[in-house]
Amino acid sequence: MIPAQFEYVAPTTVEDALAALAEGGEDAKVLAGGQSLLPVLRMRLNAPSLVVDLGRIESLRGVRDDGDAIVIGAMTTHSEVFHDPLVNEHATLLVKAIEQLADPQVRHRGTFGGALAHADPAGDLGAPVLAMGATFTIAGAGGSRTVAADDFFQGLLTTVIEDGELLTEVRVPKFTGWGAHYEKFVRVHHQWPIVAVAAAVRTEGGTIAEARVGLTNMGLTPLRARSVEAALAGQPATDEAVRAAAASATEGTHPPSDLNGDADYRRHVATVLTRRAVLAAAGA
Amino acid sequence: MTRINVTVDGASYSDDVEPRMLLVQYLRERLGKTGTVIGCDTSNCGACTVHLDGTSVKSCNVLAVQADGHEVTTVEGLATDGELHPVQQAFHENHALQCGFCTPGMIMQSIDLLKENADPSEEEIRLGLEGNLCRCTGYHNIVKAVQAAAGGSR
Repeated sequence: MIPAQFEYVAPTTVEDALAALAEGGEDAKVLAGGQSLLPVLRMRLNAPSLVVDLGRIESLRGVRDDGDAIVIGAMTTHSEVFHDPLVNEHATLLVKAIEQLADPQVRHRGTFGGALAHADPAGDLGAPVLAMGATFTIAGAGGSRTVAADDFFQGLLTTVIEDGELLTEVRVPKFTGWGAHYEKFVRVHHQWPIVAVAAAVRTEGGTIAEARVGLTNMGLTPLRARSVEAALAGQPATDEAVRAAAASATEGTHPPSDLNGDADYRRHVATVLTRRAVLAAAGA
Repeated sequence: MTRINVTVDGASYSDDVEPRMLLVQYLRERLGKTGTVIGCDTSNCGACTVHLDGTSVKSCNVLAVQADGHEVTTVEGLATDGELHPVQQAFHENHALQCGFCTPGMIMQSIDLLKENADPSEEEIRLGLEGNLCRCTGYHNIVKAVQAAAGGSR
């Protein structure tokens, strides 16, 4: 369980980190909280020649108010995001997902940006962030660019972040007053979900005015269930109506088949979890 | 080699380490603090849990170089003047162990969970210990010990 040898630098600014990455080339790896990277290094699934540790860059930590959105620094830990008052007021879906993400020790070290950049299809943050229409700020040698959540996830463990670039922050629109729920189906509580559904719902009276729904582990990337969202709009927050809308949660999905369940099983589970997540988010 | 300065269980250390050295290896092999154990290869079991600047982490999932400038507390640093820490005492009194291998991590994580929630329900204790596995399945008395350490009002 010992990683292969590597060179190590711990810069204190984004500029120095980018310079180190440029020098390291394609054999350089970025270390955020390390809760996915260190197991990979220990099992020698990857053996980078250079590890660039972002842990000493203070400007990448913390959550700030930015008008109609909150901005989460990439190196803010899951535990810090979970306890942050701005997140609790304006992005409760993140709180609901992080509450069920891994275990307390991992939440103390793992980071918001690191988990998203790792882009594990079974990761718990992709679906909520996609459902909320977040935007990602990526810094590179030529300056910063912003990418919408719809374009950020490209495939298995792959995002639009290129070699030599860094995810610096994630801008999450405010969903103040929306109900939210993350429904996770898993055999062992702290493990990766077999399937999970993230739902945020704005209700008016007993009616669902708007809904956002994201799916975890139903394809190589997190997916947004737009047909469910469209079917829910204007419906009463009742079991019958939500059940009917949730039936389309499988549209456009390509779930994996593995020892936890085959693709058909996952499709069935996704409709059940979607119903439960939306009803819970609607407070019904 | 990278030079690190860390405080472990109240004492300061300055050492040259390979960047790839895990914190748990540093604690066990360099400092001889074998009270912190390695239980798995996967970061699942939590047996190696220590406190880094006062919060629980799995020390197999932290590089020693990441602890540079920080403070580490292991299970060996809990007792003061021969007096067990209240959570250690509660584990002892409630026989919260079978083989004992998971105990160092269970105790460190229990202290962390009581710091966040001084009066946890049974369910909150079980959730707070979700990252710590007991292969003897001796969870029942571990939960009782945490309840006892908390004062047991719930």
